[in-house]
Amino acid sequence: MKQSVFFAAVTAAGLSAGAAAAGTLDDVKARGTLNCGVTTGLVGFAAPNANGEWEGFDVAVCRAVAAAVLSDPTAIEFVPTTGKTRFTALASGEIDMLARNTTWTFTRDVDLKFEFTGVNYYDGQGFMVPKALGVSSAKELDGATVCIQTGTTTELNLADYFRKNNMDYEPVPIETNAESQQQYLAGACDVYTTDRSGLAATRASFETPSDHVILPETISKEPLGPLVRHGDNEWGDLVRWTLNALIAAEELGITSANIEELAKGTNRPEVNRLLGTEGTLGEMLGLDKEWAKRAIMVGGNYGELFAKNIGESTPIGLARGLNAQWTEGGLLYAPPFR
Amino acid sequence: MSDTHSQSAFVRSEILPEAPPPVRERGIVKWFRENLFSSVANTILTLAAIWAVYYLITATGPWLLNGVWTTSSLSECRDVLDGRTGACFSVLAERWNQLIFGFKYPDELYWRPGLAFVLLFVALAPLLFAKVFPRKLLVLTAIYPFLAFYLIWGGTIMVPVFALLGFVVGFFVYKRLVLQSASMGLLGAVVSALVFWYVTGFLTGYMSNFLALEPVPSRDMGGFMLNMMLGVICVSLSLPIGILLALGRQSTMPIIKWISVVFIEFIRGVPLITLLFVANVVLAYFLPPESSLDLILRVIIMITMFASAYIAEVIRGGLAALPPGQYEAADSLGLDYAQSMQLVILPQALKISIPGIVNVSVGLFKDTTLVSVISMFDLVGMIRGPILGAAEWNGVYWELFGFAALLFFIVCYSISQYSQWLERQLRTDHA
Repeated sequence: MKQSVFFAAVTAAGLSAGAAAAGTLDDVKARGTLNCGVTTGLVGFAAPNANGEWEGFDVAVCRAVAAAVLSDPTAIEFVPTTGKTRFTALASGEIDMLARNTTWTFTRDVDLKFEFTGVNYYDGQGFMVPKALGVSSAKELDGATVCIQTGTTTELNLADYFRKNNMDYEPVPIETNAESQQQYLAGACDVYTTDRSGLAATRASFETPSDHVILPETISKEPLGPLVRHGDNEWGDLVRWTLNALIAAEELGITSANIEELAKGTNRPEVNRLLGTEGTLGEMLGLDKEWAKRAIMVGGNYGELFAKNIGESTPIGLARGLNAQWTEGGLLYAPPFR
Repeated sequence: MSDTHSQSAFVRSEILPEAPPPVRERGIVKWFRENLFSSVANTILTLAAIWAVYYLITATGPWLLNGVWTTSSLSECRDVLDGRTGACFSVLAERWNQLIFGFKYPDELYWRPGLAFVLLFVALAPLLFAKVFPRKLLVLTAIYPFLAFYLIWGGTIMVPVFALLGFVVGFFVYKRLVLQSASMGLLGAVVSALVFWYVTGFLTGYMSNFLALEPVPSRDMGGFMLNMMLGVICVSLSLPIGILLALGRQSTMPIIKWISVVFIEFIRGVPLITLLFVANVVLAYFLPPESSLDLILRVIIMITMFASAYIAEVIRGGLAALPPGQYEAADSLGLDYAQSMQLVILPQALKISIPGIVNVSVGLFKDTTLVSVISMFDLVGMIRGPILGAAEWNGVYWELFGFAALLFFIVCYSISQYSQWLERQLRTDHA
C-alpha cells in the first residue's frame, strides 16, 4: 500500500514536471517573473551596474521578452551562469531562457537538445597584437607565442588556423579572460586571441589602447544568440519573434522616440502589424496586440541597443560590421511579420 | 704589614665609578651587532632584506599614496593620474557596498547584516573567552544563530523562534533519555525536534506577518558577507558533527562505525569543488524547478559535510593521542559513556586538536571563495564577474584583489592569533 502511494506520488511529480516543461509561457505568466540566464559579468553584454541593476546587450533581450510577456521589463529573475553551469541550468528548468553570448553550434542545438532562437550578435575569433610588433596580418604570425583560454572553442580554432596556413605557434594557456589581459600586457605572449568583441573590450580597458591593434582576419564563426529548451515550440517562437521584432524595428525605422507616434497607426502595413494596430500576430503567440511595442519600448530597436551597450560611442567601441541590417551589408535579416 | 703599606705609592681609598660598557657592547649598536650583523652570512641576509624592503616600499609607496579615490571610471583615474604611478581606489569607493554585501542586497537594509556582524562578537566572546565571562552569558551565544538568521534573511520572527524552541525541546528529551543510553538520547532528541518543527511549520504559515522584517531571499546575498556567512555557519555546524563522526568512528557498534567510516572516507576522497558542482548542477535535475531548497542552503550542506569529515579526522587524532589510562580512569569512576566523554575524554582530546581544528577552519573559510565558480557572487565572484564586467572598471585588478586579500588576511590572522592564545590558556603542563 505504502509503496503504491509512493509510486503514485513519483508519477504525479513526473507528470507535473512534464507539464511544466510543456508550458513555459503559462509558467512564466503564473510566476510573474521571467527566469533569464545571463553571464556572471561580461563587459557590454551583461553586468550589474553600481545600483545592482543588470545592464548589457544580452540583458536587453531578456528585458524585451519580459516586457512582451509580462508587460514589465523589470519582472526578471536574472540567474547568473558560468560557462560550465549554463546548459544544466537551462536543461533542468531553473531558467526559462539563456541569453549568455552562447555560440550556436550543431551539437548544442541537436545533441544537447536546445533550440537557438536566432542570433543577436555575429562574433568571430580575432587576434590582438602590440602595434610595436609591426604585424598587419594574421598570416605574419608564424612562430608567435599566443595567449589562449583553455577549454574553449577558440583553442581549437587557433590550432586549425595555424595548421591550415602552415605556421607554428607556441600557446600560453590561460584560465580566465582577466588573467590573459594581465599576461598579454606583461609581455608573456605576443598575441592574444579570443572573440573580437572580447578583444575590443579588453583593448578598451588598456591604458593606451592605441598601442595595440586588432588584426583584420576573423578565423571562426561565432553566432551568439538566445536559446531555450527543446520541446516547447510556443515558447521558442515567442523568444525568436521578440528578437526578430527588435531587428525588424530597426529595419522599419521604429525607434523608442517615434514608436508612440507610429503605434497610432500608419500607412505602412508591416509597421502596423508589428505594433498591433492591424492583424492578430500577438494573439497567435498567446500574447496581446501590443507585445512587440512593449518589447521595443524597453530600450529601443536593435540598433539603439547596440549603440547604447557596445556601439562605437561606448568604451568597447564595436563597429556594426556583420551585425548591420542586410540592407546595409550586414547579416541581420528578420523574416517578415505577416 | 704596616710597613709594606706605607711603602705603597698609591692606595685606592674609594671604589671607581662604574664605567659604561664599550660602545660595541651596549645600546642599539649591540642590538644591531647581535641581531643583524652577527656573522658574514647574516650580514649578507640583512643587507638583502633591507634592499627587498626598500624595493617594496619604493614600488608600492607611490602607488598607494597617489591612489585616486573619487573618479567614476578607470579611464578617469588615468586622466587624473596623468601618467604617474597610482592606484585607482575609486572602484572600492564606488563599489564597496557590492564587495561587502553583494549587488542585490537592498541598501536600506545594510544595517541588518552589519548588526548581525557586530553581534557575532558579542555572541562569540563568552564562548571564546570562557574564563573572562560568566557561564550564563553563553545563553547569548545560543540565541545568536537564530537572531542572525532573523536579521539577515528577515521574515517573521516566528521561524527562528520555533527553530530555537525545537532545539530546546530536543535538549530536554536528550536530558531525559540520556540516562538510559547515549544513542537513545540523541535519537530521541533528533526525532522530537523534527516533529516539533514539522508541527510548527504549519503555524508559521498563518503568522507570516508577525513581527516580520522585510524578507531578503538568499540569492540576493553576496560579497564578503556571503563568505562570512558560509564560513561561520559551516565551521560552527561542522564542529559538533565532526565530534559525533569521530566518536562514531571509534564506536564498537558496527553500523554506526561503518556509517561514519564510509561518510568520512567518501567525503575526504572528493574535491570540494566537485561537491559544489553537485550542489549547483546535479541537484537541480533531481529537485523540481520550483523547489524551495535554495542554492545557499545546498552549498551550506555540502561545505558542512566536507568540513565535518576533516574535523572528524582531526578530532580522531586528538582521541587517539589520549593515553588509554584516561578512558579506564573514567570507567573506574563509574561514569557512563556520555558522562565519560563529556567530562573526561573530550575536554582533553579537543584541547589537543585545537591547532588542527583551526587549520581546517581557516582553510575552509578561504575555500568559501570557490563558490564563485558555481556562479555565486561572493567577494571573489563579485570582483571577477560584475565589477570587472562593468565597462567602467574593466582592467582594475590589483586594487580589487588586494582589497579581497586584506579582508581575508584580517579574519584568518585573527583566528590564528586567537588559537595560539587559547593554547597558552589551556596549557596545564607548566613547562
